[in-house]
Amino acid sequence: MSEKELGKKWDRCLADGAIKFGTGLGLGIVFSVLFFKRHTWPISLCSGAGLGMAFSNCQNDLRSSYLLHRSQKVGLCNKTHSN
Amino acid sequence: MLRACVRGAKATARKNTRRIPLTNLQPCRQYTAGGSSGAAKVVAAGLLTVGGGVGGTILYAKWDHKFRAAVENNVPYSDWLLGLALGPAYQGDIMKQVEMAQPPSMMDKPGKAPKGKKALKEPGSPAKETSPVPSQPAQSIEEASAEASHIISAISEISTVPAPCDTESAVKEECKECQHHADPAVVAPHTELPLRERPVEEVAARLAQQDQKEQDTLSSVSASLEECLASSAKATLQAIGAQEAAVQAITQHIHKLKEAMEAEVPPPEKSSQWKDLEAALADRTSAVNDAETALLKAKEALDSLKSEIDKSKGLKVSAVRPLVLAAEENLHNMVVDLDRVVTKLQSAESESKIVSQYSDLVNEAKLQFQREVSSLTPEIQANWKGLTGKLSADDLNALIAHAHRRIDQLNRELAEQRVREQIHIDASLEQQKLEDQKALEKAVLTAVQHIKEDTRLEQERKLSELREVMEAEMRTQLRRQAAAHTDHVQDVLKVQEQELRADAEQVLGSKLLEQETSYRQLSQEQLDNFTLDMNTAYARLKGMEEAIDSHVVAEEEARKAHQLWLSVEALNYSLKMADADSPTMPLESAAQAVRDSCHDNDFALALATALPEESLQRGVYSEASLRARFNALRALVRRVALVDETHNSLYQYFLSYLQAALLFEAKQEAPPGQLCSEDLDPFRLLSYASFCLEHGDLELAAKLVNQLRGEARRVVEDWLTEARLTLETRQVVSLLSAYANAVGLGTTQAP
Repeated sequence: MSEKELGKKWDRCLADGAIKFGTGLGLGIVFSVLFFKRHTWPISLCSGAGLGMAFSNCQNDLRSSYLLHRSQKVGLCNKTHSN
Repeated sequence: MLRACVRGAKATARKNTRRIPLTNLQPCRQYTAGGSSGAAKVVAAGLLTVGGGVGGTILYAKWDHKFRAAVENNVPYSDWLLGLALGPAYQGDIMKQVEMAQPPSMMDKPGKAPKGKKALKEPGSPAKETSPVPSQPAQSIEEASAEASHIISAISEISTVPAPCDTESAVKEECKECQHHADPAVVAPHTELPLRERPVEEVAARLAQQDQKEQDTLSSVSASLEECLASSAKATLQAIGAQEAAVQAITQHIHKLKEAMEAEVPPPEKSSQWKDLEAALADRTSAVNDAETALLKAKEALDSLKSEIDKSKGLKVSAVRPLVLAAEENLHNMVVDLDRVVTKLQSAESESKIVSQYSDLVNEAKLQFQREVSSLTPEIQANWKGLTGKLSADDLNALIAHAHRRIDQLNRELAEQRVREQIHIDASLEQQKLEDQKALEKAVLTAVQHIKEDTRLEQERKLSELREVMEAEMRTQLRRQAAAHTDHVQDVLKVQEQELRADAEQVLGSKLLEQETSYRQLSQEQLDNFTLDMNTAYARLKGMEEAIDSHVVAEEEARKAHQLWLSVEALNYSLKMADADSPTMPLESAAQAVRDSCHDNDFALALATALPEESLQRGVYSEASLRARFNALRALVRRVALVDETHNSLYQYFLSYLQAALLFEAKQEAPPGQLCSEDLDPFRLLSYASFCLEHGDLELAAKLVNQLRGEARRVVEDWLTEARLTLETRQVVSLLSAYANAVGLGTTQAP
């Protein structure tokens, strides 16, 4: 059902977001603990990066239905010549 | 919410703009107040121009009538206006022009008519043509007919108007016309009647009457003339005879006198001579008296003859003229003879006067001498010749002395006379000249009179000859005209006969044709009726056969239709049998049943095959399930209303969710008849669609939902497809059922 697609997308988004955020957080914590002397900025950076990636993924997923694939692109040059 | 704000802003902007034009108008009013004087000037100028134009048109129309007529024709209501201003259009102008054209044509005819009268070719047409001249306007038809007759007569060279019978009547008519020319008013009512041709009997009677009259006058005149002539001739002859006798007597007398004077005759014969002389003198006087009386009588008779001649001339009958002429000639001759004889008589008388004067003188001398002798010798008697012995010497001496004295006296007288001879001769010559002059004048007068009379008679004779010639010519022309007329009448009669014959034949032919056609029509009708009856009988038979056949066919059809209907009903039922959320059972079997029941029906077959595959395989959703699904969809659509191809970032999604949370629209709204751009708002569309669905109009709901764009559209795509499927299937099924119903209705027979 087409109406259920959006819900699915949102599910994926959220899941992905959660995963990426968590992963980022974890990595951030690790990096912060390991390399950055327990500053908070790597945590926020990595979690932010994780969120950002999740955001971007979500957006792309939501946009994916509007993107034209290579096979669908139509050349316009011929048309202008004929006109 | 945003949309509401935007809408509010637009409304306020619109309100603001509405106020501005009102304020803009106010300054304009100041401009218009300042320019009012200019407008008044313009208005005044315009009025002036229009008034000037109208006035000029009226004036020119008054002067030129053609212009007026043109204006009245082209501009409506202008005739009313011009009538008010100038009065009605002058009709007389037009009539004048017509009349002006006519008189030149009419003036030619009286000019021609007098010429025609001479040749006397068309004596009748002048009567007709000159009469319309006095009364022109009322007799245009007459003129036309006259012209036509003129033309026809010119073509045929004969008068088509009935010719008058004789020259006298034509002459009389001409005279009448002359009178009519002088009296036009009297003529007009009379000459309006056309000239009828007088019947032959009337003409002949009139002719005979006229001839009779002529004859009578002629006879009377000739009788009177002859009488007068005879009497005058007799009197003249008598007079001439008397004159001659008188002349004879006079000459006789003169002769005798001369004899008596000169002859030396012995006395007894002398006395007899003197007696004869006296007798001759008596004869002469009596003869002269007789001659005078006879002359008087002759003159009387001649005068009466002249009066008679004049009277007969006054009758103006042509046949009398030669008689008159002859009488005049006779009269002239008699007058001439009389005059001649009278002159002879006068000359004889003058001669005798001389002779008698001479004799008187001689007698006087003798008497004187005798007196002297007797005075000298009183005793001697008169007759001195016989006294030779009786005279004495003294007496003789006295006588001789007397004689000598007498001789001396006579010599003296003679010498005197010789001296005065010339004077006397001159005087006598003068006297003679005067007398001669008088006589000459008289003779000249009489000669002139005679010559005049002669020439007049000659002229009259010539005139009469000419007139006869003219009469003869005219008679020949008339005869020719009559001949031409008869020819023309014959021709016309022939033509008329032919025409009448043709007409009669035509009428006969047409009548025959009519009869034939009517007969044919009747027979044809009978045939037609019989054929018609036969045809109707055959048709009825055929009809009955067909009815029976069709009954059989119809029953078969009815059975089939019933079967179809049953299958379609089954299909319909299966369509209705659907749970709330699951589709119906596949319609394949029912469709197959329908297909089976309509092998031969292309329409139903086509419809049956038009069912969508999905519905056949999987079944379709019911309307209720679709409705429920829509209600669920609605919230989702609301949420993604702002997301479309271009606006599809997560931010947009956030905004869209925000809008959905904050915006409130009617749950259900009745859709308008026509969607405008504002109605394409998703929220509106959803409310319209839900209204439609609540009222069972799935089709309209699907149409409205079809207007969604972007993400919303993608979301409802499946629902739309399902809805389409359902609608399609339902449409086909309804068509099939309608068809089955129709067929069933068609085949069922009313009880």
